[in-house]
Amino acid sequence: MKRRVVVTGLGALTPLGNSVDESWEGAIAGKSGIGPITKFDSSSYKTRIAGEVKKFDPLQYVNKQEVRRYDDFILYALAAAEMALADAKLTIGSEFSERTGVIIGSAIGGLATLEEEFKNLLNAGPRKISPFAVPAILANLASGHVSIRFGAKGPINCAVTACAAGTSAIGDAYRTITCGDAEVMITGGTEAAVTQLAVAGFGSMRALSVRNDEPQKASRPFDKDRDGFVIGEGCGIVILEELSFALNRGARIYAELAGYGCTSDAFHMAAPPPGHEGAARSMRAAIKDAGLNPADIDYINAHGTSTPLNDLYETQAIKSLFGEHAKKIMVSSTKSMTGHMLGGTGGAEAIFAVKALHEGIIPPTINLDNPGEECDLDYVPKVARRREISTAISNTFGFGGVNAVLLFKKYSETR
Amino acid sequence: MTLEEKVINIVMEQLDVTKEECVLEASFIDDLGADSLDIVELLMEMEEEFGIEIADEELEKITTIKDVVDFLKQKGVK
Repeated sequence: MKRRVVVTGLGALTPLGNSVDESWEGAIAGKSGIGPITKFDSSSYKTRIAGEVKKFDPLQYVNKQEVRRYDDFILYALAAAEMALADAKLTIGSEFSERTGVIIGSAIGGLATLEEEFKNLLNAGPRKISPFAVPAILANLASGHVSIRFGAKGPINCAVTACAAGTSAIGDAYRTITCGDAEVMITGGTEAAVTQLAVAGFGSMRALSVRNDEPQKASRPFDKDRDGFVIGEGCGIVILEELSFALNRGARIYAELAGYGCTSDAFHMAAPPPGHEGAARSMRAAIKDAGLNPADIDYINAHGTSTPLNDLYETQAIKSLFGEHAKKIMVSSTKSMTGHMLGGTGGAEAIFAVKALHEGIIPPTINLDNPGEECDLDYVPKVARRREISTAISNTFGFGGVNAVLLFKKYSETR
Repeated sequence: MTLEEKVINIVMEQLDVTKEECVLEASFIDDLGADSLDIVELLMEMEEEFGIEIADEELEKITTIKDVVDFLKQKGVK
């Protein structure tokens, strides 16, 4: 019998707010977290908008020294992990510290630090590089610092699967528990890559929206006038526990993480193939892993990036897998409000899916004025919907052809 | 501000320690909780602040606040 995994704690920092509650309230109110870029002077860039984390005070979570030495993607993870553990009312005791692991994904790691230190290198020479530069850049140091801070001595890893990183991390953490290597996992995704190189690079790929005059309308998944994704930043961390471990300590259970699917397109480094069969296979794998059927799925938190290709092909994948049932599934993209937090997205969107299950409210896809060609599913346009659901899928896809899918279901004693 | 005071201010800022902890004989590792990376960063800040250069072999000999002050004096910093 497979060991069951439940979600018992949530922590987040997103462009919608610096906690799960603020982010969720923003999402169900249909607010946009997108605005002009403030992290650097973007006046010479084609894209000058982003979903930034706002008014975050790291000193609430770490000391001055740490603020100076750690990249923001690490600080976000430390903050969100502290929130998630507090939410789970869980202190990692010595009796299970070796059975508690950490897997936090990030697409790029400390890109801002890398850019800053490289400028420093060119301007002042190699002697002026901080001894803390390398550990601020390495993508696995979010996991590393969280394990140090909270004393988690079990399995540790980091998923670096581009925009799927947060989802890959949670999927791997789930497997770490089901295979018996841990009872508790601190997992999710984090990213702080609203930087010159990222905005210029994604811009060169023609992947970013250039709707600079209307930032709050720029991320418009499934809409006819979508013109690219809006880069965002942020972090979502969840606490996963083996079911009996959670029950024994009387933990509040938000939902069961019942399935994980992961496939590769083996097609192109950045673009999905027409019909996106890899995405369909990934959703199918998650459903099968959960012992469910496609007709059991109520809600999909879509990858829904607002790029012309993704939204069309993701829609096609959903239709090919679910057939007639596709029309009955609510499919929304919270990226319409947060922008695309890259590696942070999988963490934050897993939380939105869990909250939708737990609260019985489906967050909307905002800015969906006129659905694009062939985009004819129920995308929960503009306004959140109150609806009790039993299952929710979170889709994320990443460069390199990664398709990662999580399936959450309402917790009940029987499987 | 004396040279000692300037050095102690930098130590307080870099290592996040109090003025009371920063007696001249304080060892960075044993008394102020620093590790080898902290010391590298601290001495880089001293280089920046006082416009000097500390060679690697000199760096190894610096273990206390007094060592920094003596080194700076020897370099002609006032």
